[in-house]
Amino acid sequence: MIATALIPLGFLAVFFVWPVAAIVHRGLSAGGVAAVLGRADTWELVGFTLGQAAASTAVALLAGMPVAFVTARVRLPWIGLLRVLVLVPFVLPTIVVGLAFRTLIPDGGVVAIVLANAFFNVAVVARTVGGLWTHLDRRAEDAARSLGASRLTAFRTVTLPALAPAVGSAAAVVFLFSATSFGVVLVLGAAEYRTLETEIYLRTVELFDLPGAAALSLLQIVAVLAALVAGAVARRRRESALRLRAKEETARRPVGPEWTVVALALAIVGLLMTPIVAMVLRSLSTSDGWGLAGYRALAGTGDRGVLAVSGVDAALNSLRTATDATALALVLGLTASVVLVSLRRGRHRAALVEAVDTALMLPLGVSAVTVGFGYLITLDALPGDLRTSPLLVPLAQALVITPLIIRIMVPVLSSIDTRLRQAAATLGAGPVRVWREVDLPLAARSLLSAAAFGYVVALGEFGATSFLARPDAPTLPVAIGALISRPGELNNQMAYAACTLLMVVTVAVVLLVERLRAPAANLGEF
Amino acid sequence: MSLRAKGMTVAFGKLTAVSTVDLEIADGEVVALLGPSGCGKSTLLRALAGLEPTAVGTVEWDEQDLAGVPVHRRGFGLVFQDGQLFPHRDVAGNVAFGLRMLRVPDGERQARVAELLSLVGLDGYQRRRVTELSGGEQQRVALARALAPRPRLLLLDEPLSALDRALREQLALDLARVLAEAGTTALVVTHDHDEAFTLADRVAVMRAGSIVQTGRPEQVWRCPADEQTAAFLGARTVLDATVADGRAATPLGVVGLPWAPAGRVRIALRPNALRADPDGSVDAEVLGRVHRRDHVRLVVRPSTVDIGEVDAVAPVGAAPQVGERVRLALDPDGVAVLPSA
Repeated sequence: MIATALIPLGFLAVFFVWPVAAIVHRGLSAGGVAAVLGRADTWELVGFTLGQAAASTAVALLAGMPVAFVTARVRLPWIGLLRVLVLVPFVLPTIVVGLAFRTLIPDGGVVAIVLANAFFNVAVVARTVGGLWTHLDRRAEDAARSLGASRLTAFRTVTLPALAPAVGSAAAVVFLFSATSFGVVLVLGAAEYRTLETEIYLRTVELFDLPGAAALSLLQIVAVLAALVAGAVARRRRESALRLRAKEETARRPVGPEWTVVALALAIVGLLMTPIVAMVLRSLSTSDGWGLAGYRALAGTGDRGVLAVSGVDAALNSLRTATDATALALVLGLTASVVLVSLRRGRHRAALVEAVDTALMLPLGVSAVTVGFGYLITLDALPGDLRTSPLLVPLAQALVITPLIIRIMVPVLSSIDTRLRQAAATLGAGPVRVWREVDLPLAARSLLSAAAFGYVVALGEFGATSFLARPDAPTLPVAIGALISRPGELNNQMAYAACTLLMVVTVAVVLLVERLRAPAANLGEF
Repeated sequence: MSLRAKGMTVAFGKLTAVSTVDLEIADGEVVALLGPSGCGKSTLLRALAGLEPTAVGTVEWDEQDLAGVPVHRRGFGLVFQDGQLFPHRDVAGNVAFGLRMLRVPDGERQARVAELLSLVGLDGYQRRRVTELSGGEQQRVALARALAPRPRLLLLDEPLSALDRALREQLALDLARVLAEAGTTALVVTHDHDEAFTLADRVAVMRAGSIVQTGRPEQVWRCPADEQTAAFLGARTVLDATVADGRAATPLGVVGLPWAPAGRVRIALRPNALRADPDGSVDAEVLGRVHRRDHVRLVVRPSTVDIGEVDAVAPVGAAPQVGERVRLALDPDGVAVLPSA
């Protein structure tokens, strides 16, 4: 089992730790890090990064809780649709989200950044909290009511404390995503508002200020580690303490004041849909009324040849890259999940298991730009120069989506009753055979849904891809980024049309995932 | 073809669940491991299966030490309390699982599945989904699945506890028949003495991690090893008695116990040891009464002897009311004899 653990950890070491360490080392050895850390504007940057992340987390939590309640506890015919709609923003490419908010708030600014980050993350809160809420035994609440607690008091004193671990875990993840969000801040912050992530990009790509970038990367890694540890602690509490019930036992038609919460949730989902609808409308409106000019332009390379390839070629390239990345991430994520679950079942020290778990989550939080730049200065040391290989982008994307696959698969695999596996063992199945005969078939649907989920995230990945994609082989999000940074009505039209296409593909995949999602997968964290 | 466990100890951290247990099971024998919940009986069974590491002691099969033999090579079948059927396979797929592991050819496999389903009374259930079966049917499939690869030893962990009462009694009888027909060597873990006595050739009573008594069912029933064992088997009232010529003289009268050793003994009474009987020698006041299935259970205080409150039974048709007086007679079926202190 320890040997199997070496596959994902080895990948992590070569394609994550080494590049990041190389960047940090290069920055540190050039000197000047202390100077960067001593400057007031560095700390202003840190303050703004954390501040906007905290605000985004608060907004996402406030908006996510009513939605979590409705998806978990309410039995109404259209709840399934609601669950799908809520998930759509999360898998939208960040650049698309940024652009969608720019159509609503053209000047951008702090409010736009916070709203866009929250928009992106409501799904995380709704899924994580709703997942636990679905399986929370309703009878504790009933007992409180029968002892004289009002609906609100019962929620405050019984339900909320039981949900606290999931809320904490969701908050940590949302904070992490918001603190490292790249596309959104890049599009909406313009030159005025910068976070650590965009500043690292700026210093690395445009100012060639490596010591500065390294110092900021270090700061970011420290912040990310703190958030991950907080999340791990919350997860552990959650896994130990609760008696969980099947969904059929907990969902019912809303009564009385619960309808208010349902209305609130519907309003929130309506708001979530606004930027998306605005963007679709924008993609269809041309200077002379409604039209498909933007979509037709995708066959070409944009106004004055902004792109090296046509929009259609970029889209095809996106599909190919995401497929490779997903295949790679599935192998890694599944291996890592199996190892993690086995470690937890075995009599290993909890601290070791948590450490491996946290290490595997790290790529979620470290600047994609740092990783991307790290690739460029380290991977030439490997046989066959990966830097010019078409595998470079899939490798980076796999690094981003593997943690997501692990977060989906670990709860599913751990929910498989150990005694079922023991039954197989007493019937003569060895350890590997047990995985093949019991765990894999039971987790197959979740694995498929994890794959689809990873696929759409890879499709929309912008940070690392924008850094690593060769100019002659951009993915669709990279092409969109190029299009909006250039003037020209046609370029804008094309960007919005490409965003809409990307969104359509995403929604189609999400719908497919929802159909596939096995009942057991409801405990997944996203 | 026999199992022998010597000095087995299983510990979880500082908690010792099973402590220096010796157990032997002969070829074809069915042994019941009987004890209250938490006494370590399931842990002992899991340790025999190889699912819990044994801290001290050995498990041998035909004098071969099983210490290095992993679960899947021991050839011990296991039936869980709640079936643990594979939800992604149909009934036939579940029953055939162990045969597939043994690479039994397809035709032979199907024949064996049909044979076992017939044995457990589920003819023609091959293509049913296991999630659609009732609890009793699931447990039958679990039994067929465990028996299919002809295990050297069948381990049953509270196989009937998750079922409701009527079904439990029916299935206990079926299980006894199936075990006898298959000629299986088996160890059944249970907290229910009816179940243990229905199924087993030999009963081992376990308490706080140790086996305190082993013997044939009627032996354990009639002569529990000590007061706690007697109490666990439902005999809670302990009295002094003197046995002579197969008759025991007790403070509640004389009762015929031809199997009891002569001399001064202690006897323990189950509720049915005292029956309402107009010709009985004991006069008592009725303090409480509840209806049971086929009798009325009474709480009485005998006036002739100062032993406080004791349990008694009366026929449903002629049960006295609370506050009335009743005459009681001793019934030898409800009397157990303890070793003299």
